[in-house]
Amino acid sequence: MSALISIKNLTRVFDVSKPWLNRVLERREKAYLTAVSEVSFDVAEKTVYALVGESGSGKSTIGKIVVGLLPASDGHVEIDDIDLATETDPAKVAEVRSEVQMIFQDPYASLNPRWRVREIINEPVAARGGKTEGLAESLLEQVGLSAKDAGKFPHEFSGGQRQRICIARALASNPRIIVCDEPTSALDVSVQSQVLNLMSDLQEEMGLTYLFISHDLTVVHHMADVIGVLYLGRLVEEAPRDKLFADPKHPYTKMLFDAAPRMDGFGREVDPPKGEIPDPINPPPGCAFHPRCPLAVDRCKKERPEMRQIGETRVACHLAE
Amino acid sequence: MKGTEMEKDPVLSVRDLVVEIPTRHGILRPVDRVSYDIHAGEILGVVGESGAGKSMTGNAVIGLLDPPARITHGEILLSGQPIHNIKREALRKLRGKKMGMIFQDPLTSLNPLLTIGDQLTETILEHLDVGQAEAKERAIAALEEVGIPAARDRIGSYPHEFSGGMRQRVVIALALCAEPELIIADEPTTALDVSVQAQIVALLKRLCRERGVAVMLVTHDMGVIAEAADRVAVMYAGRLAELGPVREVITKARHPYTAGLMASTPMASQGAKRLRQIPGAMPRLGALPHGCAFHPRCDRATAECRADPPPRIDYCDGRAACWHPLPQKDTTKGEPA
Repeated sequence: MSALISIKNLTRVFDVSKPWLNRVLERREKAYLTAVSEVSFDVAEKTVYALVGESGSGKSTIGKIVVGLLPASDGHVEIDDIDLATETDPAKVAEVRSEVQMIFQDPYASLNPRWRVREIINEPVAARGGKTEGLAESLLEQVGLSAKDAGKFPHEFSGGQRQRICIARALASNPRIIVCDEPTSALDVSVQSQVLNLMSDLQEEMGLTYLFISHDLTVVHHMADVIGVLYLGRLVEEAPRDKLFADPKHPYTKMLFDAAPRMDGFGREVDPPKGEIPDPINPPPGCAFHPRCPLAVDRCKKERPEMRQIGETRVACHLAE
Repeated sequence: MKGTEMEKDPVLSVRDLVVEIPTRHGILRPVDRVSYDIHAGEILGVVGESGAGKSMTGNAVIGLLDPPARITHGEILLSGQPIHNIKREALRKLRGKKMGMIFQDPLTSLNPLLTIGDQLTETILEHLDVGQAEAKERAIAALEEVGIPAARDRIGSYPHEFSGGMRQRVVIALALCAEPELIIADEPTTALDVSVQAQIVALLKRLCRERGVAVMLVTHDMGVIAEAADRVAVMYAGRLAELGPVREVITKARHPYTAGLMASTPMASQGAKRLRQIPGAMPRLGALPHGCAFHPRCDRATAECRADPPPRIDYCDGRAACWHPLPQKDTTKGEPA
């Protein structure tokens, strides 16, 4: 299987220092937040790769770097062997860009309230001077709305319908890759299932590749082929879906699975995980998870575990086997 | 049905509650004839999609309805005393003393300009007959109870110095510090990460068990409900669709909406290629369908459903409001209508 998206040693550092004057007066150092740190993974064509993790784990940052909304501090994102950051041929860049689209979390914030739905959906094509005749109408029907809706404004739609419009817009430039950043977190359960089903159907029909970002393990379990688990900006475990859920190897993955509420967990008494995600500006030395890890040994405090391949799983833990 | 003994009386009893909002386009009813009881030491889960009226019911109970929304019918009894028609001042005394509230967003429910110690002691001094020093001790005890490490040192900290999960613990301490009988928790874990959510749910369960507080847990997360609640009320378009013991409602739902809701969670259809889905969306309050509000989305709907509101059917320990309830698939014999 050739990789459509190939991410190598991706790192993104944000400068979160106080303003210059404050630093001088309060004698503070510059502060840097490492949102994504040396993350590497491949996404095969026509598969769904899910990134899961808690807030601050860097999953949205990776999504934004892949679509090109943020530059990487270090490392590469290659799409079809073309690295957008270093590619010099503008024709190739334009081609790859139109192949990657994004669906955002909040369908209320990601549609321009002053534009008609037709303009919103046509925009990705119109911006490149493409032909948009009847495009919005056919896409609206494809995502389960009606062609007549093209003349309406976003406020006339419910949350689920808006997310369908966002999906139609993402499809407009005929992309191969869609980065979905928590596409259903803002939706109700019954609407969520409609949108997830639509996304599965579209993936099958159009041969799409999804980079699916979510914190909801049940959604990920339903959608993903391969899952990458992030903790504090680092990939701690990666495995095919069934493998990961049947046999999580990293203690953090195990902790996430145990903590997630279950519908058959009537009166389940869980021993809740201890502690919270540490401050990403001063992450713990060694393995970032060691202060919360039930298995941590001395080595975990000093030495950062490298990614190791164990069967189908890649895991970054000294003790995993 | 009132028990003969005192302790059998429910802590909270809501009867036929109607909340109305007059608007230019007519009167909206975000809560329509809702009745339920919560007993001491019990967690009642209230689920539904957005706009179902879950938060509005909680706000009505605690007296925090934003005008022009108002209670127009029914009664709310707290330990047998009516609280739906009492004066603002009397209600203010009850709030905090007899009932505590936990909101979704822990940052906006704390005052950013006061230390958490000030906020806790203020509440304790207001409601309990204690002195300043005693109030501070109680505040520290409350923080320790909700699991804040080094409570004595952190009592002078401001809310922004705490993380999201810790802030929610402070909010819970604040709701608990005057020892209320009822706690209304409105989406207490929605803004939190999974691991912190598990901590907060475990904390709520422990407090409920140890202190015998009655808890109304409003959430849209079925997993949280399954793990925490004793009984669950399912709301749809302002009405109670179904109410019963949590296991019954989740595994053997009688109301088609409940069944659809449970089936459409990705948890329920693990391994399936497609998720079950309920067609359509919840109707707007201004345009509620006639008869049963769920009938346009229901595959069991008949002429009756379109004409008249559904009857209440009682089964075992629960009830549902439906013309054509799903047959009970379990060994316990029900009597389907």
